[in-house]
Amino acid sequence: MRGSLLRKNILTALLLAPATLWLVVFLVLPFIAIAIFSVGERAPEGGYQAALTFAQYANLPARATAFWNTMVLAPVGALACLFVAYPVAYYLALRAPQRWRLILLALIVIPFWTSLLMRTYAWMYILGGRGIPALLAYVGIEDLRLINTPGAVLLGIVYGYLPLMILPIYVSLERLDRRLLEASADLGATPLSTFIGVTLRLSLPGVMTGFSLVMILLLGEYLIPTLLGGGKVFFIGNALVDLFLQSRNWPFGSAIAITLVLVSVVVLIVANRISTRLSGARRVDLI
Amino acid sequence: MRAFVVAVFAFLYLPIALVVLFSFNAGQHASEFTGFSVQWYGKALSNPFLVEALKNSLFIATTSALLAAFCGTAAALGLQRVGARTRALFDALLGAAIVVPGVVIGISTLVALVQLFAVVNPFLASLWPTDQPPRLALGYGSIIAAHGLFSMALVTMIVGTRLSSLDRNLVEASGDLYATPLTTFRSIVLPQIMPAVIAGFLLAFTFSFDDFIIAFFVAGAQTTLPIYVFASIRRGVTPEINAIATIVLAASVLLVLLAQWQLGRRKPSP
Repeated sequence: MRGSLLRKNILTALLLAPATLWLVVFLVLPFIAIAIFSVGERAPEGGYQAALTFAQYANLPARATAFWNTMVLAPVGALACLFVAYPVAYYLALRAPQRWRLILLALIVIPFWTSLLMRTYAWMYILGGRGIPALLAYVGIEDLRLINTPGAVLLGIVYGYLPLMILPIYVSLERLDRRLLEASADLGATPLSTFIGVTLRLSLPGVMTGFSLVMILLLGEYLIPTLLGGGKVFFIGNALVDLFLQSRNWPFGSAIAITLVLVSVVVLIVANRISTRLSGARRVDLI
Repeated sequence: MRAFVVAVFAFLYLPIALVVLFSFNAGQHASEFTGFSVQWYGKALSNPFLVEALKNSLFIATTSALLAAFCGTAAALGLQRVGARTRALFDALLGAAIVVPGVVIGISTLVALVQLFAVVNPFLASLWPTDQPPRLALGYGSIIAAHGLFSMALVTMIVGTRLSSLDRNLVEASGDLYATPLTTFRSIVLPQIMPAVIAGFLLAFTFSFDDFIIAFFVAGAQTTLPIYVFASIRRGVTPEINAIATIVLAASVLLVLLAQWQLGRRKPSP
């Protein structure tokens, strides 16, 4: 019996070994590496020199513009996504005809899995000088600048992350017990108060999951501000690319990356708290 | 509300449709469609740098998705056999691999690998008998590994979901009928999780093929298709890019549809 137990354990270990190795070597160790780098110093020729200093963190205000842009546009972008996404998710989950539901859902998922670079490029094409501005010039509106503005970046954000916001909200609305809606109506609630008291409240876990996911991914966004902001709207992602690939100040870049991760963790925790407190329900799974 | 939903779907698909339309434009400019032509496809596919980048991307996506499918499936099977605490730790790490922004994955992998190579390369050189020892460097391997991290986590989650809805009675029945564990696995478990494994592979491939930001950091001297496209977009928008974008979009739509079809397939009922 002991032999077979041992054999079972060996098999389990063998099954988990490759994934464990991968997670340790390419997730845990790299994270420890940037944590160590972030308390180091920049070597004169670029790169890293061992040290124990918080100078890199003290230097964070040097990139205040990038932080400011990200910290404003990420929540605003996530909110804009939410306002567009909620009615769509609501329609898909509660109003759409049954046989259309899966097709419509697939139409939402497909853009999410297609290249963000190509989709952002599409807007670059549309908003660029030979796109909408050229069309508007025909009708006499000249010199309109659309691309390389914060508005263009915001549009790109909503476009890129809308599917990711719709899906978790759809999932939480789909699980909603329809009898609660009837009960609320039977007890004399108006449609509006049923929506606020029942539907919205019970879908809050989905809303918070979508909001925190979109917000976290936006904190690390690079392509959208680069292509649609044209070097005028800098995000933390732009600062990181600059520090790691151009000016080669790795310790400072690591400090920014660690800060970014910490902010993400705070966002996740706060979102989780809010959804459990307001709905009393469990969190919706990320996947 | 229906009008709003229709508008949102139009918002999602019109820009893509425009890019596809203008990839067939005979003229240069986005403001006018001057006639049908496939000249930009010809131009794109006769550009040696682009073809090279495309080949690199296909190789990287295939390899990382295959590795992820194997390791992720193994991990999902293994996780069925461990205690709640190990499982929770694994789930947290897998969740982190999926949620942490690509920019952070990219730079942390870059930093870790460069440090690792700085230790390993002199060591290899001291052991190597000849004057030209192999040197580890950023390239195919590092992109495959970094993409594989996200992909493996994804496959583990998709296959894990399928495993948790697996009909245990069939597994027990198979054991009762004196099938060896291996036979049970091959004839009961594997056919039931196969659609999830295939879907995971396809999504992993799509992810790797489309990823720009992680590869941007760890590619070293290599170029993938998204890196090439990014660089040429920054030099200026040309209709040639519309043609490439159309090919890439069509490929990923096809792969995602295949994946969804695999995931939606019903388990064979006994």
